Amino acid sequence: MCLGIPGQIVAITDAQRKLASVDVGGVKREINIACVLAERPIEACIGDWVLVHVGFAMSRINAEEAAKTLKLLIELGEAQQEFMAMRQSGRA
Amino acid sequence: MKYVDEFREPERVGALLEAIAALTGKVVAERGRPLHIMEVCGGHTHAIFKYGIAKMLPAEIELVHGPGCPVCVLPIGQVDDCVAIAETPGVIFTTFGDAMRVPGSKKSLLQAKAEGADIRMVYSPLDALALARANPEREVVFFGLGFETTMPATAFTILQAEAEQIRNFSLFCNHITIIPTMQALLESPDLNLDGFIGPGHVSMIIGMRPYQFIAEKYRLPLVVAGFEPLDILHSLWMVVKQLAEGRAEIENQYGRVVPVDGNVAALDAIGRVFELREFFEWRGLGSIDHSGVRMRKAYAHFDAERKFAVPSQRVADPQSCQCGDVLKGLIKPRQCKVFGTTCTPEMPLGALMVSSEGACAAYYQYGDFESRNGNLVVDAA
Amino acid sequence: MTKLETAKGMRPQRKLRDGVHVPKVTLAHGGGGKAMRDLIDDVFVSVFDNPMLAPLEDQARIRLADLARHGDRLAFTSDSFVVDPIEFPGGDIGKLAICGTVNDLAVGGAKPLYLSCSVIIEEGVEVDLLRRVARSMAATAASAGIAIVTGDTKVVGHGSCDKLFINTAGIGVIRDGLDLGAHRAEVGDAILVNGLLGDHGAAILGARGDLCLESTIESDCAPLNGLIDALLDACPEVKFIRDATRGGLATVVNEIAEASGVGIELDERATPFREEVKGFCEILGLDPLYLANEGKIVAVVPAAAAERARAAMASHPLGRDAAIIGYVTQGIAGRVVMQTHFGGKRIVDMLVGEQLPRIC
Repeated sequence: MCLGIPGQIVAITDAQRKLASVDVGGVKREINIACVLAERPIEACIGDWVLVHVGFAMSRINAEEAAKTLKLLIELGEAQQEFMAMRQSGRA
Repeated sequence: MKYVDEFREPERVGALLEAIAALTGKVVAERGRPLHIMEVCGGHTHAIFKYGIAKMLPAEIELVHGPGCPVCVLPIGQVDDCVAIAETPGVIFTTFGDAMRVPGSKKSLLQAKAEGADIRMVYSPLDALALARANPEREVVFFGLGFETTMPATAFTILQAEAEQIRNFSLFCNHITIIPTMQALLESPDLNLDGFIGPGHVSMIIGMRPYQFIAEKYRLPLVVAGFEPLDILHSLWMVVKQLAEGRAEIENQYGRVVPVDGNVAALDAIGRVFELREFFEWRGLGSIDHSGVRMRKAYAHFDAERKFAVPSQRVADPQSCQCGDVLKGLIKPRQCKVFGTTCTPEMPLGALMVSSEGACAAYYQYGDFESRNGNLVVDAA
Repeated sequence: MTKLETAKGMRPQRKLRDGVHVPKVTLAHGGGGKAMRDLIDDVFVSVFDNPMLAPLEDQARIRLADLARHGDRLAFTSDSFVVDPIEFPGGDIGKLAICGTVNDLAVGGAKPLYLSCSVIIEEGVEVDLLRRVARSMAATAASAGIAIVTGDTKVVGHGSCDKLFINTAGIGVIRDGLDLGAHRAEVGDAILVNGLLGDHGAAILGARGDLCLESTIESDCAPLNGLIDALLDACPEVKFIRDATRGGLATVVNEIAEASGVGIELDERATPFREEVKGFCEILGLDPLYLANEGKIVAVVPAAAAERARAAMASHPLGRDAAIIGYVTQGIAGRVVMQTHFGGKRIVDMLVGEQLPRIC
């Protein structure tokens, strides 16, 4: 459920209504960013990567967490390869 | 695209699949039966079919496609109410695209539009509010549906309408909640599940804590997952790893989007505008306590349920439809008596054939390579 | 109502009548009187003018010998064009009406020669809009090397049509010996496209404005007869060509699989899309395989000639991103499967109804 896609906030379009322009793969759309302000001045959001759902930024994407997940995936792959190699040599 | 492409990299797939297979082999040997893992969310179901993930997995993992497609579980009576509101003179009825095709007892919104009702597809409730601003002489109704992910969007839209004193705007609120629904599923006596892939985008709003009872009371693992194919495989590995280690915990694979506490501002907006209903009727699953929300009295003037005399007739699901059994994982879509015969995406009979996120529609469109009408082909999905 | 004067009853020596001096079309412009003649002369005749029109009476008259020197069979096609909005990034309904009919002829291996143009106008349409559309038709026809030789206009009351509907019919001649057909695909044949897919569908959806999406995506609307000539010259073995319009690539490939009773396997990695079109589809939950194109063909070519066919298209400006995107397989007859970028496989089915944005 709930289609969401990462996009980057590129401009504030209406500070009062908390609206910003977000870029998703070169396509721009005005979205509401009230959910990701977190008591910062609205201009501070420019450059943020956010998860966009039905015209609202619903979450600020955490770059560290993203890197951590990717690192885990790489490590998992390496561990599996080592394991397979060990099993191969064990058999041989 | 950043945060998308790197989670679609095919280079990582082979090792991940081997790791899943190795762990699965171990658990299956212990349990002496295949594993049933439910992805709760329709977005996951869609991704699983779109990327062909189901066919890549070991045969001993059976994915059970859960109830998390709000379009699919929309009861016939609610669609009838939408049509009734949309056909009221002077109304502009606005809706997300995928709700247009859901059949009511007489017609869908798409058919009502063809017959002359002013029904417009919007991307965001904000666009519906903009229509109300631009058409002060018309009553603009937005059809709000979806789980907690979508609730903040409609709540903020209502708060904005209130702030601007826009009086010709209202919400037909059909939002549903995930936790009571999962609870009802877990209480079902014939349920047979070993773990969950948790809904990533609901969780970015509600956080990780509401799932705790699943680990504590039902001793089942749940991993909140992202929607890219590597996210889904990674989460499956995490679920199977818990099973292999005899753990039942709530884990977060989707840390880049889901904070432990969810989104406080969004939850606050939901709390201000909505309150729980005593029960909500689901297509395929029947009535579930506290599984829907309605608008608080303070926002009554934005509530289409109060503004319009909606018929609110309960319409029973077609008898031949076995969506409930599919949703609980008791049967595969193809084992349903009407799958692909009287129930197809062109003429959906049951909830799960309605949206491309529904398990049956996904099976029909992306699924089985061998045969569409063949009987009981065993799917790896 | 009276026929378009370009084709009927117009004498070459007749001077064009007065221009139209009102901003909007009224029912009087369809009444058959002076107002109508003024509109037709001002808007259409002045830009469609070509030598073919000169001798025409109530019908276009074409010498058989002129046709016969191009080949041994006549190709004849008709298509109606309705599009909202009338003007969109990369084109307008006029360009679409010329390209659509030119391409329908060209994909059959025909050299497109003559077109008719019938226009149904809703009262209240701006005359300037008509002028722009007519100029666009004339320019597109010139670039495709065809002549508009007959036509008609009607004006209908407000609400009876959506601004402007255009019907174009076309005549072309098929080269000797060529036999293109959807039933001819055989196991091993390659499936090719001439470039990036889905641009037109995304441009139109974006241009409607109700989704409030901003992009630089333009329609790929273009006459493809030149490209198809280049392809057929280099590769006469081509078995089938079709333009991937409504329903997109997925629909055409399914039609081939069905007509030939074969399986087809597409390779997602080889299938070319613009990044922006992908982003557009991600936001709306659409599948770009089903987005319409107006300047893209799908060709079935024996495997041995596939690279030659690709190179021939790539050497043409409208085929720069040409690609071999899949092969005909021994799979289930009528079934199209896509090898996903991620390594899995999925079915690519025919579109069910209209593709609606998937949001929740």
